Amino acid sequence: MRLSVIDTELCVGCQSCMFACARLQKDGGLASSSIHIRSAGGMEHGFVVVVCRACQDPPCAKVCPTNALIPRTGGGVRLHLEDCIGCGYCREACIIGAVFWNQEENKPMICNHCGYCVKYCPHGVLDMRKEEACKG
Amino acid sequence: MNDKRMPENVLYIDLSKKSFKIEKRPQLFRENLGGIGVAMKLLLEECPQGIDPFDPQNPIVFAVGPLTCLFPLASKTVAVFKSPHTGNLGESHAGGRSAVSIRMAGYGAIVIKGASNIPVYLAIHGDKVYFRDASTLWGMGSNFTVGRVIREHERGAGLRTIMRIGRAGENLVSYACVTTESYRHFGRLGLGAVFGSKKLKALVVSGKSSIQLENSGEYRKLYDEIYREAVESEVMKKYHDLGTSSNILPLNELGALPNENLRTARSIHAGEISGERFAEDFLGRRLACSHCPVGCIHIAALREPYEDEPYFYKTSMISYDYEPIYAIGNMLGSYNPAGILKLMDRIEALGLDVMSTGVVLAWATEAMEEGLISKKETTGLNLKWGYYQDYIQATEYITSQPNEFYRVLAKGVGNASEKYGGEDYALAYGGNEMPGYHTGPAAHIGFAVGTRHSHLDNAGYSIDQKHLGEKLLSPEELGENLLKEERWRQILCSLVLCLFARGIYTPERTTRALLAAGADRMDEKALMELGKKIHSEKYKFKIKEGYMGETAGIPQRVLQTPSPWGKLDEEYIRKTISYIHSASLNQ
Repeated sequence: MRLSVIDTELCVGCQSCMFACARLQKDGGLASSSIHIRSAGGMEHGFVVVVCRACQDPPCAKVCPTNALIPRTGGGVRLHLEDCIGCGYCREACIIGAVFWNQEENKPMICNHCGYCVKYCPHGVLDMRKEEACKG
Repeated sequence: MNDKRMPENVLYIDLSKKSFKIEKRPQLFRENLGGIGVAMKLLLEECPQGIDPFDPQNPIVFAVGPLTCLFPLASKTVAVFKSPHTGNLGESHAGGRSAVSIRMAGYGAIVIKGASNIPVYLAIHGDKVYFRDASTLWGMGSNFTVGRVIREHERGAGLRTIMRIGRAGENLVSYACVTTESYRHFGRLGLGAVFGSKKLKALVVSGKSSIQLENSGEYRKLYDEIYREAVESEVMKKYHDLGTSSNILPLNELGALPNENLRTARSIHAGEISGERFAEDFLGRRLACSHCPVGCIHIAALREPYEDEPYFYKTSMISYDYEPIYAIGNMLGSYNPAGILKLMDRIEALGLDVMSTGVVLAWATEAMEEGLISKKETTGLNLKWGYYQDYIQATEYITSQPNEFYRVLAKGVGNASEKYGGEDYALAYGGNEMPGYHTGPAAHIGFAVGTRHSHLDNAGYSIDQKHLGEKLLSPEELGENLLKEERWRQILCSLVLCLFARGIYTPERTTRALLAAGADRMDEKALMELGKKIHSEKYKFKIKEGYMGETAGIPQRVLQTPSPWGKLDEEYIRKTISYIHSASLNQ
């Protein structure tokens, strides 16, 4: 199962998903969120949901010099923090900007597709789907 | 106790010296929570008594609260200042991304003083404050463009608020607003003009910090309890589906919808401008404030052809709500949604408060019909009920003020009627144009005594509707009801919650949320006492600054036009106002 963006047109930009993701890291703010919502160039144009889309052959893992990012079965990656040297190559490699950064620890933050944010998306923008059903 | 969950930083900015400092004031927040509680204290510290609202010393205070970021619907920012519109206490609230951005930048409050010598905008990114030259933005035709330029020039997309003024604020129209995120506003009482007087074009705030949670299991349980109620309750569904404009039909049915400058309070055409009609014909998108799952902001898509170009169209995205529809729809005797939207779009571009603008235009229309003013004053405009082309041009003139008439109009309906007559139908309280509720005595008493002269101060409109068909409450009973509500709302506005969530944040639940947010333990009684204290501070500030209190005026028109309670009794209103006045001063 992985997180899937079903329809960004349904997004009202409430950012409840961002707060949910951070909350799971015992953070009541936004610094620990691995999902991001911003307007598509002004709110009148709707919103962009920035989150890991679970690439089958993830570029972020390919550029990791220490193998701290290991491709996950079904797409996406797992981060082994103890191996990460914080070089930031993964962030450069992700062209949708879904590798977020923990400034305090100087380490990447990447969605692990746990699905917690889905529970806090009141308008059906996000859902958990089986890999083969994912196109988003 | 110095709990990192509570806000404590106050950012002080001096526009004259182009300098800033950050002070830690944990006690200020522990004792006053945040929002209006803290903002009022800062105003009392910073605002010299009797000061001209355009004096550089007039402070602008923004404040958020202890629940901001931590709980849903704590989505608002309070602004206080001395109002150039009323010459008295200015308090205005807005949502958008303002509250979350201010807290995530690391602040509980921001105080802006002084005045710049050149147009500037402030970019606050975390603990860095940049003074940017705004000369290029000054005088720009549309506020939407100002937003776009700043959006492209500053970092922090999705994590920032962009508050800005339009030309109305630059030109010191006393009811100019501050717009945030294109569609939300510090609408009332002229914060935009205070920005303009300081040559402050805009304020960008961004940040992405963390708030470390203790006992996160308990906290998450309470979060879920509040969140579930927010997304499942009927009232929230109503605000999501149709938005506040769902109130048009029920208020009209009741005979409480002001029509043609409140000559009547009902129209057979109300269906043409109902929330249902707007949704079916124009709704293009819904938006939410940060950390509010409801999404009550309704944006219309208006498609218009260019007159001189075949098959060439423009589509404008225009926000609508109950109050704007009231002010520039039924108040202007018009039931034409496209006309309302076009005028709204213009008002947004200029950065005027739509409520005051509508009531001002309604007075001007009636004054023209009565012959108090003519085309000589209006410079050729024909202000007639529902003539949108002329109303659109009039908003431009109110902003650019080409003659004495428009200079007066730019100071509100009170000033205009003082000079040209028509005081009986100049619909303002304490200098602030009235909101759209002619529900009965409680609404109007509420406008008169409320510290913002807003229906949101004490919800008199709700008392009127709740007791309709029953015996009139005694002046003391009604006074107590209004006071109790206004005092409790000081707590909600210290947190700072969206008032749509008032049913969710019961006193009992609020005490639990505060504890989870790291505030000192306060029971319901202590909260009520604090609410009372904040209200009293505000009321006393107003009296010191010249608010007339128990002799505050009530427009005659309000007494003449029957409400759902029939014609209102002036003596009853006076007695109730007098009771509230004494109780507010003696608390």
